[in-house]
Amino acid sequence: MSKRIEVRDLNVYYSKFRAVEGVSLTIEPRSITAFIGPSGCGKSTFLRTLNRMHEVIPGARVEGEVLIDGDDLYGPGVDPVLVRRQVGMVFQRPNPFPTMSIKENVLAGVKLNNRRISKSDADDLVEKSLRGANLWNEVKDRLDRPGSGLSGGQQQRLCIARAIAVSPDILLMDEPCSALDPISTLAIEDLMEELKKEYTIVIVTHNMQQASRVSDKTAFFNIAGTGQPGKLIEYDDTNTIFTQPNVQATEDYVSGRFG
Amino acid sequence: MSTVAPIANALTAGKLPRYTPAWVLLGSAIIITGIALLMGNPSIPGIVVVTAVLFVVLVYLLSLVVEGSRKAKDRLMTSLVTLAFLLALVPLISVAATTIGLGLARFDLEFFTTSMRNVTDAGGGALHAIVGTLLITLATAIISIPIGILTAIYLVEYGRGKLAKWITFMVDIMIGIPSIVAGLFAYALFALIFGPGIRLGIAGSIALSLLMIPVVVRSTEEMLKLVPNELREASLALGVPKYLTIIKVVLPTSLAGIVTGSLLAVARVIGETAPLLIVAGFTQSMNYNLFSDRMMSLPLFVYSSYSQQGADPQQFLDRAWTGALTLILIVMALNLLGRLIARIFSPKLSR
Ligand SMILES: Nc1ncnc2c1ncn2[C@@H]1O[C@H](COP(=O)(O)OP(=O)(O)O)[C@@H](O)[C@H]1O
Ligand SMILES: [Mg+2]
Repeated sequence: MSKRIEVRDLNVYYSKFRAVEGVSLTIEPRSITAFIGPSGCGKSTFLRTLNRMHEVIPGARVEGEVLIDGDDLYGPGVDPVLVRRQVGMVFQRPNPFPTMSIKENVLAGVKLNNRRISKSDADDLVEKSLRGANLWNEVKDRLDRPGSGLSGGQQQRLCIARAIAVSPDILLMDEPCSALDPISTLAIEDLMEELKKEYTIVIVTHNMQQASRVSDKTAFFNIAGTGQPGKLIEYDDTNTIFTQPNVQATEDYVSGRFG
Repeated sequence: MSTVAPIANALTAGKLPRYTPAWVLLGSAIIITGIALLMGNPSIPGIVVVTAVLFVVLVYLLSLVVEGSRKAKDRLMTSLVTLAFLLALVPLISVAATTIGLGLARFDLEFFTTSMRNVTDAGGGALHAIVGTLLITLATAIISIPIGILTAIYLVEYGRGKLAKWITFMVDIMIGIPSIVAGLFAYALFALIFGPGIRLGIAGSIALSLLMIPVVVRSTEEMLKLVPNELREASLALGVPKYLTIIKVVLPTSLAGIVTGSLLAVARVIGETAPLLIVAGFTQSMNYNLFSDRMMSLPLFVYSSYSQQGADPQQFLDRAWTGALTLILIVMALNLLGRLIARIFSPKLSR
């Protein structure tokens, strides 16, 4: 299943420091949305508010609304654990669990939650998720080997397999390719194209070509200066952002004149 | 092919032959020994010390002339570090050699199968003390390790603000408690409950716990801090609650270090004498029950054998040394066990 994200006037804080100010946007299901912008403009911070990972940092808090198919993530009584089961996340640096084998890593979402699963169901889930992450053929003979023994690109795809194994509705990716070589990057871009059929995907990227290749819509964030909050400058179809943006700053950024 | 003149390379620098330090060492030793013999009073420690000094100076000067000042400094530091290492080994080897040499005299079956009950001179053994030490230490570990680990988990994973600061402060203070004070505390506690004069194995465990808990807290804290935050976030992002993240991701990742730290803490308290003297008491007889009567321990066995020698002192001294040897062996066994466990539990590495 894939869900719509609506953000209404969101402010994000680290203690007293406002890192992101007044963001409102709507992300459609079954699409890929790219967040671009210079470093420090709050892309990661904003992304992490979409599955309530932001508040894991001491002193961090959020004002505003994030609706997922109409349900407010920040409403009273919302359990962040349930939110995170619906909104998966892939991090910048591949982070497979070092104590677990490849297979256990894929099953982590199930096993860590103490849910029981029959052996055949587990094998099916492992195969399905690894196929979904385009990794099955490379690791099917060594599922019991440690996940940390894979190459960086394979580890990142393992992390994607781990994220989709809990069948979320939305997948957030924070610069998933920035630590990878071009071949692995292409593999992950192809994968996103596939995943788009089932998930709403949001990706932060520093790579303009990547944003224009894979995304349907693009959001450009910017900051006025250090210590200032990041703001959403422009949000439109990727094509529009890259060919005829409305805002001068967007044009400067995508054409490489700054940032 | 005719020989070609070596091409001048701007990156070359002078270099001493590989075995120069060894030859210099040999030379210094011979010279110094010679001088000592000439002067007529060869004392071996003196020769060793002067040789070491001469060696360090000679290697430095040689290197300075041939290799330049950066390499010379490197050689100087290498010599000094090596010397410091050797110096640190001296007491270690000396203690081991003395204990083994003197402890082997009574390292026999009788020593490990009998107590000192009704023994006045020859014979007798330390079974009562070995059992006492093992039981008291086991109880100490059972009390301290859970409390220590849970405290560390609180401090690293949950603790923010005043309470955590206070706990850290208290742990710091506890680390500095003299062991005799821990013993007096346990004695006062048990005397309040059971009346004065009480001596129990478990009271010894309580006293030792005071010494062990802060060590476990500290080492576990360090290990938990080493777990990368990314792993916690990876787990939380999968929709795993925080407590399960701690139990199933953080603890397994740091388990090897926690086990090693806890065993080192055990090694730290297993040789304690003073608190046990006060609260566990002193006895010649077997006692398998932590909760009644006095209980002997190995450090106390060593101490009392030495301090209360009977008609034939040699018998008592032999028993004391064998007791010390046994204690060292127990600590060594614990360390080996710790390494084994650490290897079994450490995160699976690549390949
Ligand atoms: N853990 C944190 N604590 C305090 N400030 C932070 C933290 N993480 C990021 N920030 C600040 O928030 C702002 C946005 O950072 P980030 O979201 O990482 O930017 P981006 O991902 O766009 O490069 C920056 O000014 C950064 O210094
Ligand atoms: Mg970032």
